[in-house]
Amino acid sequence: MNNKLKVFIILGGFLFFYFLPLESISFRNPLFEALAMLNMYAREHVIFSLIPAFLIAGAIYQFLDQNAVLKYLGAKTHKVLAYFVASISGSVLTVCSCTVLPLFSGIYKKGAGLGPAIAFLYSGPAINVLAIILTARVLGWQLGLARAIGAIIFSVIIGLCMHFIFLSEEKERQSNGELQFGVSKSEPDSRTGIQNLLYFISMIGFMVFANWARPQARDQSLWAFIFQYKWYLAIAFVLLFIYILFNWFQKKEITPWLESSWSFTQQILPLLFLGIFFAGLLLGRPGEEGFIPSRFIATLVGGNSLSANFFASIVGAFMYFATLTEIPILQGLIGSGMGQGPALALLLAGPALSLPNMLVIRSVVGTKKTLVYITLVVIMATISGMIYGNIIN
Amino acid sequence: MKIEILGMGCPKCKKLTQNAQQAVAELGIEAEIIKVEELDKITEYGVMMTPALVIDGEVKVAGKIPSKQEIMTWIKEKNN
Repeated sequence: MNNKLKVFIILGGFLFFYFLPLESISFRNPLFEALAMLNMYAREHVIFSLIPAFLIAGAIYQFLDQNAVLKYLGAKTHKVLAYFVASISGSVLTVCSCTVLPLFSGIYKKGAGLGPAIAFLYSGPAINVLAIILTARVLGWQLGLARAIGAIIFSVIIGLCMHFIFLSEEKERQSNGELQFGVSKSEPDSRTGIQNLLYFISMIGFMVFANWARPQARDQSLWAFIFQYKWYLAIAFVLLFIYILFNWFQKKEITPWLESSWSFTQQILPLLFLGIFFAGLLLGRPGEEGFIPSRFIATLVGGNSLSANFFASIVGAFMYFATLTEIPILQGLIGSGMGQGPALALLLAGPALSLPNMLVIRSVVGTKKTLVYITLVVIMATISGMIYGNIIN
Repeated sequence: MKIEILGMGCPKCKKLTQNAQQAVAELGIEAEIIKVEELDKITEYGVMMTPALVIDGEVKVAGKIPSKQEIMTWIKEKNN
């Protein structure tokens, strides 16, 4: 480091701290909001959603045979089936965001072709278990469900559009080579399918009941009844889970499962909490204000107009969201007045596309197809937002 | 012998590299361990789930981390 730079840094640091407007409310408030947002996540979401979600993600990675799913994305698969599998398989294949692009590239070049590859690319990031669990928990089950359904349906539509737009090219292109799954066979499970199913149900059951939302006052429905006893139900599932672990699992199966969960945690958690911090700093908790004034958000993406939905889709398409960080950011935006429709539009366009992954996609399919794909994503996300916004209102 | 580790730099690839290195060291054989990180080349092998292990051009495992013992068995098979 040369001397000039040192002088510059020291002088800059001095001026920064000298003029730091600590007394000003408009400066203190966002800082407080950032910490309050972290506090809220640490208290409300870590124990009952994030930890079980990471354990489930680890279990999916470890105990489900991904190759059994991948077989249906090969070149010989019936096209209708390939689209169907591509649009929903993200839920078991893309627990970790770093696997999305190799899968996309593989399906395009060696497997079922452009359409299914695009369908997978669009829906994958939106329907992985972690994303669905946290969206439903933080932003409400309606938006969680709309995100999953919207991603699945529109991924097929976008895939089909791409296929027909580039039909002649696709017909000429010969798939060269076969998909490789390796020769290593998983050891035969010591459990039956039903035992495996119960294992997943015990984890999901705990999470669902531990997070059962408070019913509205004087609600006498089943919902309220379950709320009253939710802890008994949650604990029952934990006991079932412990019983299963001790009786149906061997130690050498449990260790890799915990290792997988731990590796997802390491990859995702630090960036997630950084995202939460900045969402709090810029947007504030729901009802509070961060650096960006609420009326500004409300003007741009409030309500359910075409322009609001379109704007949210465009921003989502270009902005990079680290895995799951779209959720606290959306929470901040909704709290600042963003409409439900534009929120869905951003949720659909956001994780599916970003400037960095556009570059990788371009290297796989070329500039023209990438541009068409981006356009389709923005259009479809806008349309889904409009539809959802209208249903909710 | 050429051992290739396919993966775009996720933590699991590092773990697999370690296992392969240990396997090679324990067998005391001459082997070249190469990391393949370009998406293009990974797809060339037909591999979709990373990390993957390729020994002398043959995909041995994709989408999970084999143990040191497993890798040692494959190396021995190849050498016979």
